[in-house]
Amino acid sequence: MSMMDWIDARFPATKMWKEHLSEYYAPKNFNFWYFFGSLALLILVLQIVTGIFLTMNYKPDAELAFASVEYIMRDVEWGWLIRYLHSTGASAFFVVIYLHMFRGLMYGSYKQPRELIWIFGMLLYVVLMAEAFMGYLLPWGQMSYWGAQVIISLFGALPVIGEDLALWIRGDYVVADATLNRFFAMHVIALPIVLLGLVVAHILALHEVGSNNPDGVEIKKHKDENGKPLDGIPFHPYYTVKDLVGVVVFLFIFSLVLFYLPEFGGWFLEKDNFIPADPLKTPEHIVPLWYFTPFYAILRAVPDKLFGVIAMGLAIVMLFLLPWLDRSKTRSIRYRGPYFRTALVVFVISFLALGYLGTQPATSLYTLLAQIFTVLYFAFFLLMPIYTAFDKDKPVPERVTTK
Amino acid sequence: MRNLTLAAFISIFSLFSTLAIAAGPSSKLDQVDIDLTDKASLQRGAHTFMNYCLSCHGASLMRYNRMAKDLGLTDEQVTDNLMFTTDKIGETMQIAMRPEDAKKWFGVAPPDLSVIARARGTDWLYTYLRTFYLDNSRPMGTNNLAFKDVGMPHVLWEQQGYQALGEDGHLSVAQEGALTPRQYDMMSRDLVNFLAYISEPSKLQRLALGKWVLLYLAIFFVIALALKKAYWKDVH
Repeated sequence: MSMMDWIDARFPATKMWKEHLSEYYAPKNFNFWYFFGSLALLILVLQIVTGIFLTMNYKPDAELAFASVEYIMRDVEWGWLIRYLHSTGASAFFVVIYLHMFRGLMYGSYKQPRELIWIFGMLLYVVLMAEAFMGYLLPWGQMSYWGAQVIISLFGALPVIGEDLALWIRGDYVVADATLNRFFAMHVIALPIVLLGLVVAHILALHEVGSNNPDGVEIKKHKDENGKPLDGIPFHPYYTVKDLVGVVVFLFIFSLVLFYLPEFGGWFLEKDNFIPADPLKTPEHIVPLWYFTPFYAILRAVPDKLFGVIAMGLAIVMLFLLPWLDRSKTRSIRYRGPYFRTALVVFVISFLALGYLGTQPATSLYTLLAQIFTVLYFAFFLLMPIYTAFDKDKPVPERVTTK
Repeated sequence: MRNLTLAAFISIFSLFSTLAIAAGPSSKLDQVDIDLTDKASLQRGAHTFMNYCLSCHGASLMRYNRMAKDLGLTDEQVTDNLMFTTDKIGETMQIAMRPEDAKKWFGVAPPDLSVIARARGTDWLYTYLRTFYLDNSRPMGTNNLAFKDVGMPHVLWEQQGYQALGEDGHLSVAQEGALTPRQYDMMSRDLVNFLAYISEPSKLQRLALGKWVLLYLAIFFVIALALKKAYWKDVH
């Protein structure tokens, strides 16, 4: 009896290997947009491993935090590399996640029967935003401090419970040592556990229904005599070797940034964050990190603070509702009609424009632009049940196409 | 579809770049060209820093022995010539002045300079060091073009002399210093170079390692691609 038999009699190792890798049949026509799922997983592991090493020298204490980060950058062996891996990894995570989500939009991966994959994914996105936000407080620089101050104060805009809620989150009347301590706890243990759980749910749901593909056709409809999809290939070894190429290309770009542009011109590490947090000195221009700026622009576009907060929340809620807002049976952008295609282009432009506007001072011109793009952002979702119902979709092929 | 998207991106991008230009920079900074590999420059900068800065400003995150190693100095050279505030080479660059006192004397405690080059940028520091001018309305008798109403006096006045601000906004020599303007520019540059170095001592290590990592990944890419092609031969 082999070692593997001994294990398999006690733990479903071979069974799981087959189900999720060697006999998980993925469509053979995955394109460029299908690299980002496995890349997101890679970055998650990278962030956890570098995070563990950072925790060994970081001090979650308002008096010591700033200096402990610089201690890591100077006195800890390879500390600078670990820290830059983590800080660059945070931004890379959002780049990859945004591309991954856009893939879902283009190819209708959120549609029946993959609604739960999309919901789990959206939950991952929301938790990831919380994770990034709380992590950004830890270096205890001016931008860490004032960014947190601004975002937490948003909760204060809620009627009746607002101020008490903000106080409860901070644990003090302003962002202070108590806030730093609890954010540290959330960032290093609570949220990562939730993230890992959701990743498992996201992948289990995916492997239950099978992957979508750029043609948006169901490969399980056409199976051979052994019950294997004709257009499917085992994830391992085909997609493991293909994703390896993607990983190397990703790491190349990642390393370019990490070794030569770790601040990325102030977008990944902001200048003001090299000044220790000072509760008495507000920076001239408080900007959230780039991955939050589209929502920040929506918040500022609405004149009333409470309605701004609601609009910002709804902007994310809309994404959750996508599977039910879209009335078209056609999944892929390749076969969808002109209405959806135009709407998607308008949506992408609005999202990018809002992202830019969120980084700029709110002048009257910029506020007007932000209001226009906010309307367009919501129009994409709210009008979707109408324009997708009347769209002139093209016929979808029976089988996947390859060039 | 692709062309439509591209056209849309380009038009939106050009719209924003025009707006950005219209907004313009708030003030002009003098450009400084520093070189972290120039050890002589860093050593001169360290000399200026220890003599003029490190009595009010600390660099409390930077260790003397790290500086010695990176600047090609022996521990003895540093102990004998550059250490005025401690006698332990493994110490960080602390000062004796208490922040409470500093606040009383200057109105604000002088900031620690460990990472100032990353917070302000080297061009700003260079401009700041060179644009002190006489201003009788200020308690210390001087003001600064890069940092309006700064609390710090013109510490390097013996070297630069004093400048006066003309009606046209330009600075002119009011009292000559020990150095010519050109020499003072070089001194400022060396000091900025040193400040840039202490703000990220591992930067040279980072830049040196980067190319090997990229080379490794480039080779790995060729192998990974060949592996992918070999496996995918039978997929049609």
